[in-house]
Amino acid sequence: MANTYKLISSVTVDSGGVSDITFSSIPSTYTDLIIKASIRGTGTGSPNMLLDINGVSTGRTSQWLQGNGSGNVSCYAFTTGDIATANTTSQTASTFVNLEIYLPNYSSTNSKCFHVDNVQENNTSLAYMELMSGFWSGTSVISSLKLSISGQNIAQYSTAYLYGISNA
Amino acid sequence: MSTLTKLVVNCETGEEQIVNLTPEEIADRDALAAAYEAEQAAIAAAAQAKAELKASAKAKLIAGQPLTAEEADVLVI
Repeated sequence: MANTYKLISSVTVDSGGVSDITFSSIPSTYTDLIIKASIRGTGTGSPNMLLDINGVSTGRTSQWLQGNGSGNVSCYAFTTGDIATANTTSQTASTFVNLEIYLPNYSSTNSKCFHVDNVQENNTSLAYMELMSGFWSGTSVISSLKLSISGQNIAQYSTAYLYGISNA
Repeated sequence: MSTLTKLVVNCETGEEQIVNLTPEEIADRDALAAAYEAEQAAIAAAAQAKAELKASAKAKLIAGQPLTAEEADVLVI
């Protein structure tokens, strides 16, 4: 059972936006990692957010359960590192998708599993909320994590916090 | 066209850097965007095909006509 929860690093996107946020040189001294982020894209629509581990964009699968506030829950499967639906300028101004990414046992030399839960903030009748189960076939210790949005930039005031959790 | 940049945070030093994307990173980003668009198109096509099957099955049921196996599949829970 985790009994520590330490902020490793945090970032806020400045004016102009960026194509991605990368946490590099992540220490391997913790048991699990958590990213808590509020993200908004500079484009339109509802594109997916992507997670690259150690700069690798292969060997990834994800399974989603998605609700939108009405209708049936949808299920999706991706192989392109998709982890969540991003907020963009198509959602209410100054709103963000809020997500938590949990990566257990990130310093092992086995393949990595992780999960994401997220909700869009959108002051209309439609806002996506998702539970996502992810897999990465890489066996190296996780030392970098990159968050991006498919085909568009991450907007100003988006934030990401990386925490380390230890079990002792 | 504005330069694409990334924000890199070094977790050991706390240093934040704004770095221009390399041509390879831009190509990778474009490829991922294209893959995403393809996946979205496939999802939409599958949903449309299922809706059409259900509509066809419903019409045949009302008309008392036999269903195909595919049409029966979308009605059986």
